[in-house]
Amino acid sequence: MLTRSPHDVVVVGAGVVGAACAYYATLAGLSAAVVDRGPVAGGTTGAGEGNLLVSDKEPGPELDLALLSTRLWRELAESGDGFGEAIEYEPKGGLVVASGQPGADALRAFAAAQRAAGVAAEEIAGDRLRELEPHLAPGLAGGFHYPQDAQVQPALAAARLLRAARLAGAEVRLGETVTAVRTGRDGSVLGLTTDRGRIDAPAVVNAAGTWGGALAELAGVALPVLPRRGFVLVTEPLPRIVRHKVYAADYVADVASGSAGLQTSAVVEGTPAGPVLIGASRERVGFDRTLSVEVLRRLAGQAAALFPVLAGVTVQRAYRGFRPYLPDHLPAIGADPRRPGLYHACGHEGAGIGLAPATGLLISRQLVGKQPELDLTPFRADRFAAAPDGGPGQGSGSGQGRGTASGPDSGSGRGPEAGSGVGQGERRD
Amino acid sequence: MRRTPAELVGAQPAAAYTIEFDGRELPALPGRSIAAVLWAQDILAWRTTRVGGRPRGAFCGIGVCFDCLATVNGRPNQRTCLLPARPGDVVTTQEGHGRADLAV
Amino acid sequence: MPTSQSERPESPESPESPESSEALGPVGRAGGEVYDLAVVGAGPAGLAAAVTAAELGLRCALVDAGPRPGGQYYRHPAPGLGAARPERLHHGWAAFARLSGRLKAHTGARRLDYLTDHHIWTMERGEIWQLHATLGSEWTGAAGRAVVRARSVLLATGAYERQLPFPGWTLPGVVTAGGAQAMLKSGLVLPGRRIVVAGSGPLLLAAASSLVSAGAEVPAVVEATDYLHYARSLATLAANPAKLVEGARHGVTLLRHGVRLRRGSAVVEAHGTDRVTAVTVARLDRDWRPVPGTARRIACDALAVGHGLVPQIELATELGARIRRTPDGTVALAVDDGLRTSLPGLWAAGETCGVGGADLAVAEGESAARVIAGRPVPAALRAFRQRRRAFAELMAAAHRPGPGWPQWLRADTEVCRCEEVPAARIREAVTELGAADARTVKLLTRAGMGWCQGRMCGPAVACLSGGGPARADSRPLARPVPLAQLADLEPS
Repeated sequence: MLTRSPHDVVVVGAGVVGAACAYYATLAGLSAAVVDRGPVAGGTTGAGEGNLLVSDKEPGPELDLALLSTRLWRELAESGDGFGEAIEYEPKGGLVVASGQPGADALRAFAAAQRAAGVAAEEIAGDRLRELEPHLAPGLAGGFHYPQDAQVQPALAAARLLRAARLAGAEVRLGETVTAVRTGRDGSVLGLTTDRGRIDAPAVVNAAGTWGGALAELAGVALPVLPRRGFVLVTEPLPRIVRHKVYAADYVADVASGSAGLQTSAVVEGTPAGPVLIGASRERVGFDRTLSVEVLRRLAGQAAALFPVLAGVTVQRAYRGFRPYLPDHLPAIGADPRRPGLYHACGHEGAGIGLAPATGLLISRQLVGKQPELDLTPFRADRFAAAPDGGPGQGSGSGQGRGTASGPDSGSGRGPEAGSGVGQGERRD
Repeated sequence: MRRTPAELVGAQPAAAYTIEFDGRELPALPGRSIAAVLWAQDILAWRTTRVGGRPRGAFCGIGVCFDCLATVNGRPNQRTCLLPARPGDVVTTQEGHGRADLAV
Repeated sequence: MPTSQSERPESPESPESPESSEALGPVGRAGGEVYDLAVVGAGPAGLAAAVTAAELGLRCALVDAGPRPGGQYYRHPAPGLGAARPERLHHGWAAFARLSGRLKAHTGARRLDYLTDHHIWTMERGEIWQLHATLGSEWTGAAGRAVVRARSVLLATGAYERQLPFPGWTLPGVVTAGGAQAMLKSGLVLPGRRIVVAGSGPLLLAAASSLVSAGAEVPAVVEATDYLHYARSLATLAANPAKLVEGARHGVTLLRHGVRLRRGSAVVEAHGTDRVTAVTVARLDRDWRPVPGTARRIACDALAVGHGLVPQIELATELGARIRRTPDGTVALAVDDGLRTSLPGLWAAGETCGVGGADLAVAEGESAARVIAGRPVPAALRAFRQRRRAFAELMAAAHRPGPGWPQWLRADTEVCRCEEVPAARIREAVTELGAADARTVKLLTRAGMGWCQGRMCGPAVACLSGGGPARADSRPLARPVPLAQLADLEPS
């Protein structure tokens, strides 16, 4: 078996979060390696829309993370060498709209709380919405403009961050599968075993996304990461017909919901390349990749209700991905007290692109023994084992000894294929 | 003296009608696709690309490649290799996505 | 000829109403009839399957994207063109005439519903399969959709042509070999007067033969492989009618017209500004690398090019149907002896099981229909299939593209025609950005993300990304669908 030169840290996962972890670790002067059984952006990163959102987050630890991350993305985009252009960074802002007065009132209350936490949000009266978005349906009650919301092309963002890390000295090992997390007699991490050899490092970062539960299991700890499927419709190439990221107010409720059943709410945005992206659906069906005609129907109908112009365009393709979610909808970030040397950076659900830089930065702080910018307690991986919070589908620890797709979700009994245990090898589009 | 495809199969088409292409009147034999009507007039390009503005026309001829897109009767992105030419059709060279009118 | 008449009921004879309800047949919408069998594709395999199934008592829907039966192989002029001798452009027309005669008889007797202009974009599995179609070739609003329901499905969606890019291949006047054939067969038109035919595979000879018969000058047929053991020369082809009647016929035609076959060569560049005016042909080594110093220029006003066929199977692979890799480097559906795919209720026949030609497709279509109807397959039919399939695999192996072809690309050669992605960007994604397969290259460059969904650039991108063995392309939507039609779907 090959033994390679030791690293300070090895990151498992070449999605956007893993890339950011490697990038900030090298920036902090550490010798890093990144290993992934697939290519860059092969999992959820490559199936996302690239949202960098603060607008959909209520005050709390995730919003703090998002605000930090928003600033970091902007710094990265403006760091020179055309980085921002290369990752299609667009600080275009978000626009959340409500069709009726109750929705508008709820938005106002939500925005007021967000403002207190540092979010910029401007109320837009119903009759002014079409000044911002000329193609919006008439008659909407009102909305809020969030200038901090932005977008990147997620696969490019991951690939460019990873490249920057590599140029700064990180070793990138793609197409290499982790088979074991090696630990010493005292239980602390010594490195990884892979199908190609051994990687020694006193620290392992679990950035395996939807497969983060499986990696945790290799390290002998439980982390109930589960897949939450989403579809995106892609239209034919169009000129800019949607300026912001525009979504309906019920999207926020869907994101926060723990329901296993299908939820859809229109999220519509343009891209520099031309096509308009239409999300968002959420359902817990394990790793079932089959196209859902019902999801298409709902997304198309909701998008056309928001932007009637879309009824006249063609949907060219669709793609799906699996968001890695944890029962309380917060990611797992930072050192795992149960396994010295193991750090988690996964479970970001649908916000991984946006939250990646902050995640990478905070972990790099821990790795070099500095105080992170934010308190990482809410993100501790052992929070489930210690105190299950009783959310729907909750069932801490049952992920242990099973595939990533099994565990807590099967307890909810909603998704027909929940718990089918087909997580491994099912990540490709 | 070489023969023509029509001679080869002994074609006796019904009377031609006309369609309009970029302001020109073109004769169209019934049953021909718009792309075939254009080829019959030695016109090989009726679209320009989104990025480079390069000319394109029919490539695969069976509706798979979408290179033969044109604006037909005001509707962009029509596959002319599949679409039968009908009397009075107005075909215009499509520039890019053909949807400039929607831009905001 | 009986065919032009037989097609009148389902053909867009009247130019004003090509998609009249009569033309579309009894459209199955929600609550409509549940068929015993839905056959997708009315080419040789689908036609044979549908008429056989109808004769065996199955209620069958034959669903096709085109306006007339025959698929690509038996593509023929619309009735309005009044072609008295369409067989002049076809090999084996008599077989098609018999099949379409049976189709006419069964549709007339309402034993079979022939649904034209149905572009299936997805299938839903179940005890009762649901096939979702968008109707017609032009823009249709919310109403232009249909659902066909059936207890079993036979996929006979054929194939499209494989392309390998080269500098200048996006110039007007450069068309696919199959496209030149298709436009000639259906529209009686040519892309030019002096047409070079190039690429690899038996279709080239057929295309060249049609083109010269229809009056074009073909200065050269340029075939990349040098080990065409079944076509060592046109004379050999002409002298071997026993097994290779079709190839022999093409050989005779090409000899008569003095067409030169250049083996072991490729068109490595097309020249021109707004249309092709010449091509450069170079010798290739065993691995398809152009040999320096062998380039020669041939003046022409069109180029018909292709490198064999790619089975069109995404309707099945999106549902998880098992695939097999063919000797020419494409992916086909894996079927058993009874032409069953790995998905219960789904059969496949013809090119979807691996490219093998029209007579094999007919044999497979007929066999599949017999199996679906619970009838035995005659031993002779089985044996014929095995012989033809073996021959097809042999041919496929001979025409597998060599690994050296990317050497004729330049940095600025567009690989993805839709999104205008040059070779240099693809190479950057692989060398700089961590892509190692076609899917990641697509994510990082947009190659394969355009209108054609990677059908034109897919094989080339897969090769340039070094992504190992061929995989099924991911196309959740087999066809673009108007958004209004998605919104109009029945709630479930």
